[in-house]
Amino acid sequence: MKLLRNHRAGLDGFINYGLVLVFYFIMQFLQNGGNLTSTFTSQLVPICVYMIMAISLNLVVGISGELSLGHAGFMSVGAFSGVVASASLMESVSSAPLRLALAILIGGIVAALAGVLIGIPVLRLNGDYLAIVTLAFGEIIKNVINCLYVGLDNAGLHISIKSAEALGMDTAGKLLINGPIGAAGVTRISSFFSAIVLLLITLFVVQNLIHSRSGRAIMAIRDNRIAAESTGLNIIKYKMMAFVTSAAFAGMAGTLYALNLSTVVAKKFDFNTSILVLVFVVLGGLGNLRGSMIAAALLTILPELLREYQEYRMLVYSIILILVMLITNNDTLKDMKQRAVMKIKTVLNGSNKSTKAKQAGGAES
Amino acid sequence: MNFLNFLVAGVSLGSIYAIIALGYTMVYGIAKMLNFAHGDVIMIGAYVAFFSINSQSLPPVVAVLLAMAICTLLGVMIEYLAYRPLRNATSLAVLITAIGVSFFLQNFALIRWGSSPKNFPTVVPFGKITLFGGDLIISGEAITTILTCLLVMVLLTTFTQKTKMGKAMRAVSEDKAAAQLMGINVNYTISITFAIGSALAAIAGVLLCSMYPLLNPTTGAMPGIKAFTAAVFGGIGSIPGAMIGGILLGIIEIFGKAYISNQLSDAIVFAVLIVVLLVKPTGLMGKKIRVKV
Amino acid sequence: MKMKKSRILALLLALSMCFALAACGGDKTPAPETNGDKAVLKLGFIGPLTGGAALYGESAKRGAEIAVDEINAMTDGKLTIEFNPQDDEHDSEKAVYAYQQLKDQGAQAVIGCVTTTPCLAVAPDANADRMFMLTPSATSPKVTEGRDNVYQICFSDPTMGNESAQFIKDKALASKVALIYNNADAYSQGIATAFKAKAAELGLQIVSETTFASDDEKDFTVQLQDAKTKGAELIFMPIYYNPASLIIKQAADMSYAPKFFGCDGMDGILGIEGFDKTLAEGVMLMTPFNADGQDDATKKFVESYKAKYNGEIPSQFAADGYDCVYAIYNAAMASGEDVSKMSAADFCELMIKTFSSDTFTFSGLTGENMTWSKTGEVAKNTTVFEIKGGVYAPM
Repeated sequence: MKLLRNHRAGLDGFINYGLVLVFYFIMQFLQNGGNLTSTFTSQLVPICVYMIMAISLNLVVGISGELSLGHAGFMSVGAFSGVVASASLMESVSSAPLRLALAILIGGIVAALAGVLIGIPVLRLNGDYLAIVTLAFGEIIKNVINCLYVGLDNAGLHISIKSAEALGMDTAGKLLINGPIGAAGVTRISSFFSAIVLLLITLFVVQNLIHSRSGRAIMAIRDNRIAAESTGLNIIKYKMMAFVTSAAFAGMAGTLYALNLSTVVAKKFDFNTSILVLVFVVLGGLGNLRGSMIAAALLTILPELLREYQEYRMLVYSIILILVMLITNNDTLKDMKQRAVMKIKTVLNGSNKSTKAKQAGGAES
Repeated sequence: MNFLNFLVAGVSLGSIYAIIALGYTMVYGIAKMLNFAHGDVIMIGAYVAFFSINSQSLPPVVAVLLAMAICTLLGVMIEYLAYRPLRNATSLAVLITAIGVSFFLQNFALIRWGSSPKNFPTVVPFGKITLFGGDLIISGEAITTILTCLLVMVLLTTFTQKTKMGKAMRAVSEDKAAAQLMGINVNYTISITFAIGSALAAIAGVLLCSMYPLLNPTTGAMPGIKAFTAAVFGGIGSIPGAMIGGILLGIIEIFGKAYISNQLSDAIVFAVLIVVLLVKPTGLMGKKIRVKV
Repeated sequence: MKMKKSRILALLLALSMCFALAACGGDKTPAPETNGDKAVLKLGFIGPLTGGAALYGESAKRGAEIAVDEINAMTDGKLTIEFNPQDDEHDSEKAVYAYQQLKDQGAQAVIGCVTTTPCLAVAPDANADRMFMLTPSATSPKVTEGRDNVYQICFSDPTMGNESAQFIKDKALASKVALIYNNADAYSQGIATAFKAKAAELGLQIVSETTFASDDEKDFTVQLQDAKTKGAELIFMPIYYNPASLIIKQAADMSYAPKFFGCDGMDGILGIEGFDKTLAEGVMLMTPFNADGQDDATKKFVESYKAKYNGEIPSQFAADGYDCVYAIYNAAMASGEDVSKMSAADFCELMIKTFSSDTFTFSGLTGENMTWSKTGEVAKNTTVFEIKGGVYAPM
């Protein structure tokens, strides 16, 4: 039984990598053939960013079972530290892909540090209290970065939370983060390829974590904290592991995001962005990485597809969101949907295999 | 004297947070869901009152009652259409649906009433009080808000403690299944809770816009989040907790701005919240959760 | 169960892929269209039409639409305009999508973005694609800096800050000044920074400097109390009219009556439905547009705007949008070339040539005889108005 499950888990993981690669090659193919609109082309990197965000948040919400409402905060930390790193390395590292990789790494490390700092107090709490504290941290990060000024000159980095003048830079100095104006004039070095690579790395790390001994411990704590504790599991350690990994990837996604746009502001990473990512996770299914990715991609494309509705766009978006939540979560509707799927399957497989399919379906759920 | 002025400003701002937080806390206590659309119901209530006063020239009292009636209806309708089908779903699914409803209300208001702000007329019939030779000024709106807040809390406490419906509510909040076995109509009780919460939202909307007379489709969003914070601060599910949490939050916000930093006022509010929750993990007045093994 | 859900989602993904692909199957470079015997110019517009900043985008869009309607209704006109407004939600990412959408739909020039942050995100793309941009109201000098294809029709932040300080000093409006600005807003902060520097240079005393950190800020007791205690006679507030109306009301509530001085973002305060205009009596603001102006152009614009949009009074944003359309239209007409056949890149070069030429001047609602520098900054006169009896009176 155990062997079987491991086998299935491995297969499931490979399907995920496969999907990402198929997505990449189809997009490359279309792009080379000139069949992709510039709108869709410009969405490719953000789609990957949101997929990474969704996967990393799923680790906290789905696998570790803690509701986090401040995930965009880590994205913000990663974004701004990545921008600073990329600008600082401009001279010393001339190769753009290498600079991007270093910036992403630095963004991830800084976000992970923030994750440790925030995780220590946060993970002592439970349930909705934990949720509100993550929300609070998200808002604090936004508020502080909004007042943050970072400049770079020959003497190195200057940081202030008062004003640009307080940095005391020499004349050759360049303002990297300018308070509410954020980081403007960012050199864009993110590419679709690098985004896909980071997405695959994220999938690899998160899937391996889930299927490792630690991953099982994390899920055991989620399912029954007291039982897990009584078997001697170190609750804080495992929760921290999930939380910090998640923060690190959110930070890397943030760097990728920031280096894909020429300007980023702290306001972008507010409560609404955290919620947006949470919507991906819930819609895709808690603990279901593939679902998260698909939901992230769909909901990033959807508002653009709705552009023809002009000002009714976001209204339509909200109605679709509510309906999808109802359809995927209401018992009656879910039953109806399941029956429909069964019926389709029966038709497809022919009457002979239908009984087998039913049995397999029963075992699955 | 500055100190007293700030205190008055803090308490009156806090009273508004408190009334909004009461709505959050009641719904949370009974339906165990975070109703993120609450802030937007406030905005709808304020718009209804605005148009009744400005376009229909109704007297303010009638306008407030009308706003309460419409919000009550709206709240019950939202509950029936969007939340009731998800009664057995995970709390996260309901949370996301609530966010969907919040988007819907905001964008509906944007399309229906436009993005231009409306200047809300005051509903308070009396003027300001001047003390200490003009050094301390308390506006009529501030007095009304604080008094309303107290009144609402007393009425709500009496209602939940003394009436049959109130008892049913408390029973549902303790244990839905057991309450049902005792013959309580759970769905009906939850509907009533939403009705009361939404009526409170209408009052909060009118008071918020009387004190800060600017009304646009996003008026309810930030106060909604702050009030949610206040509800958690005081211990979510607790009526006196929401009241105390709201008022403290208002005071901290104003004092933080006055004595620490203008720019970081939000950060200060949330930092205090975090510290409080670390010391008292279930909020100021929250019940201790005992987990049975 | 989980498998089931992902299957449905996969189906949805497949469907939406088809959708997306169907959407991109269209013509990449649509052939120039003609409307009867008139040539058509495709103008895009980017601004926030939903979300918290919708007010500014919506106003600018409406103003631009009035201009488009007028131009298209001209019987003797040779050129009609196809107007394509896109929403950016006041967000960099969405602004880039909006821009790409316009590009896909064959826009020849872009009016926008309305706000600074999205503009900074779109400008490099537009520069690389050689797409002409004329922004109605993105005031940061960074918008035009180093890009030859981006032009502003509004004053830049430093200009507003410097001119305001100079005006206050010249007219001896006050010796003690308080400054209240929105620290989380690029526009507000940009003006405040320039104002502070200029005030120091002129010897204007800033006794109180306070900020607020969100557009949704409601309570200004602390900021006003600080100004009052320190005896400020004038409050300079380079902020939008929403918070300004709250500040003015709260100052009245606390029986504090300083002079108020604002910039173009404050224009619109008299247009707020239900606003008590007596509160704003004596408020001064430096704005290029006056909805109470008695010249024919303004009167005509305000009338059509009110008629089209339920009696709302246009703000400076609307006038900026209106002027943007006419500036591009006039420039296109002045060139004498058939612009409808032009690609965006050719049109961009034509516009750059025309706008930066010494002979091209434009007179609109927001200024007489505007000219543009090679860097894209506009040169026009500043005007300061004082609100008297509920209308603007020139100072």
